[in-house]
Amino acid sequence: MRGEGTSRIHFHCVFGAFEGRSAGAGLFHTLLCVQRSAHSAVWKKRSVLSSPSASKIDSLRSKVELLKLPLTLSSKSISERKTRLGGATERSRGGAGAHKPRPPAPDMDNESQYSGYSYKSSHSRSSRKHRDRRDRHRSKSRDSSSRADKSVTIQAPGEPLLDAESTRGDDRDDNWGETTTVVTGTSEHSVSNEDLTRASKELEDSSPLECRRFAGPVLSGVLGLFALLTPLAFLLLPQLLWRDSLEPCGTPCEGLYVSLAFKLLVLLISSWALFLRPPRATLCRAFFVFRCLLMALVFLFVASYWLFYGVRVLEPRERDYRGIVGYAVSLVDALLFIQYLALVLLEVRHLRPAFCLKVVRTTDGASRFYSVGHLSIQRAAVWVLDHYYTDFPVYNPALLNLPKSILSKKMSGFKVYSLGEENSTNNSTGQSRAMIAAAARRRDNSHNEYYYEEAEMDRRVRKRKARLVVAVEEAFTHIKRLQDDEAASSPKHPREVMDPREAAQAIFAPMARAMQKYLRTTRQQPYHSMESIIAHLQFCITHNMTPKAFLERYLAPGPTMQYQRENGSRGRQWTLVSEEPVTSALRQGLVFSLRRLDFALVVTVTPLPFLNLGEEFIDPKSHKFVMRLQSETSV
Amino acid sequence: MSFIPGQPVSAVVQRIEIHKLWDGDNLILGFSIGGGIDQDPSQNPFSEDKADKGIYVTRVSKGGPAEVAGLRLGDKIMQVNGWDMTMVTHDQARKKLTKKNEDVVRLLVTRRSLEDAVRQSMMQH
Repeated sequence: MRGEGTSRIHFHCVFGAFEGRSAGAGLFHTLLCVQRSAHSAVWKKRSVLSSPSASKIDSLRSKVELLKLPLTLSSKSISERKTRLGGATERSRGGAGAHKPRPPAPDMDNESQYSGYSYKSSHSRSSRKHRDRRDRHRSKSRDSSSRADKSVTIQAPGEPLLDAESTRGDDRDDNWGETTTVVTGTSEHSVSNEDLTRASKELEDSSPLECRRFAGPVLSGVLGLFALLTPLAFLLLPQLLWRDSLEPCGTPCEGLYVSLAFKLLVLLISSWALFLRPPRATLCRAFFVFRCLLMALVFLFVASYWLFYGVRVLEPRERDYRGIVGYAVSLVDALLFIQYLALVLLEVRHLRPAFCLKVVRTTDGASRFYSVGHLSIQRAAVWVLDHYYTDFPVYNPALLNLPKSILSKKMSGFKVYSLGEENSTNNSTGQSRAMIAAAARRRDNSHNEYYYEEAEMDRRVRKRKARLVVAVEEAFTHIKRLQDDEAASSPKHPREVMDPREAAQAIFAPMARAMQKYLRTTRQQPYHSMESIIAHLQFCITHNMTPKAFLERYLAPGPTMQYQRENGSRGRQWTLVSEEPVTSALRQGLVFSLRRLDFALVVTVTPLPFLNLGEEFIDPKSHKFVMRLQSETSV
Repeated sequence: MSFIPGQPVSAVVQRIEIHKLWDGDNLILGFSIGGGIDQDPSQNPFSEDKADKGIYVTRVSKGGPAEVAGLRLGDKIMQVNGWDMTMVTHDQARKKLTKKNEDVVRLLVTRRSLEDAVRQSMMQH
């Protein structure tokens, strides 16, 4: 019964997937299959099935390896499986955290082949997985030549799958996990489960935090308005309530009125400037420490003034109106000082340089250093992004990878299969290290190839660039600007008068080919369409630019801002990833990153060094020189 | 005659004894010196090692006491009356040579030809 059951499960695991079973049967078989391949104690109540099946797994291994054909799974079954597992993820996450997935057994004898898929189980981070896989690819390439007979049968089917995986980016594609589960049904760790935990963790990391945009400004607006109207209320209430018994107040009051009006105006304008201007970036956490502090301070002030007013003026119906006016003016003075404090805290502190930020782009290592003041992390992020768009050369994904000819050698190595199921995490790392060491010991000439390839590429680019420059120079000689007086002075050979657009189109033709070839060589062709080139040419002709000025746009990759027009529809969606809460202030050793879809900027914070400046005074008269001596004395 | 700063110098020297001559009021020796630690050694035409800041004989007046005693052009003066001349300033050297109360100066001088001669004689043996 057992054998039957397991073989049945196995069958459904491999083939049931793309037959698209009905929900009920599919659920049962799917769950069992996954759980079997998981081989974890995650679902405690089904652990009975998992542990004895370990031995069965060994027996079925040979069968599985023969069946390892490139399988395409139907998406329906995969999504089905995903939804099932999504429910189980909550329960299993605790279990997944608890158990340490078992990497392969340590024996490195020549016979055993180690599963490349199960290898990644030790850590659930995708980066480590990719690193591992790359190492495995390399080690695979080393050993394939020595064990050609063993590896051929397994390598070929698995190869395209691995390639697809390794080139995938930050993958949230659960298809990959499902593929693994089905193909090497005997791998002992919970691949799909892990996949989901990883995916959900990534979602947590990358989904932007909830932005409560309007609560803060509304609250501060209300408070500000209240604070501004308070002095007026102080003045008006006695007038309204007990006008008759008020003492008349002459010239000094009028002076106070004027100063009150002026100060209120200044308060109004500066609070608008400081607090109510529309921000250029939506920040995640709307909780700004200093602003809250200031608002609390304002509230405290106004409340205490009202308290005193109520007790001292309204109650006994104070008759000295000048005193009341003075009271109102003192409130406005206090508000002005708070405004000044706000100015210093919110603006000036940000400007005085205190930290040095190092910004590195993860894909190609372009880096810059910036000096900033005391900012919170989110404001520093906005600041960095402002400068990113103007300083960093544009990210060109085509320029990243080593050419295939160099890397392909590394990929054709041996695959590592791990057959052992239990414990020994450290053994896996030991084994990987051994593999890497073995790989490194092999003579590797790829650096040589890389060097020559790069030299060749350089030469090609320079040749194309020379052709382009010559073509453009020649094209520019075909037209010239028509002077006003020339129009009338050449009746014998009337020239066709063109506007800039037509002129640009006319001279574009001879340089088009050279331009296209150059852009293709430098992989810039997605950034410059023909239309944009003609537009730029028209622009340059209009402003009397030389060919060199026209070409500066294409000869060097410009800052990202230059290309914003093309991908403006995508918007500037960035995600701030940080271990500290994003409203905390910058301090030494802080690291946060700004993630985009396909690359990220990693920002490291170091404080600027404390400078000890000494002074030395040099008397200008002390600069004296003599010729070197060669005197001769007669004795 | 090459020297390494800080190491003792070994050279083949010749003893020359010059008797000063009364020329009016002064006692003269009949030669001129150049060099010294405060001078520019690269301008010295007589030294082999252009970093040598020793005192060299730059002119020998014809028929003077120095020529009679055997001093030659280009000699390096190592000692004057026992005073070291290899690490002195130009002025100190002049003073040691022109002491009014001495009639005789005994110099130890060295030149290239001395060394060659000694080596040749050693090789012959």
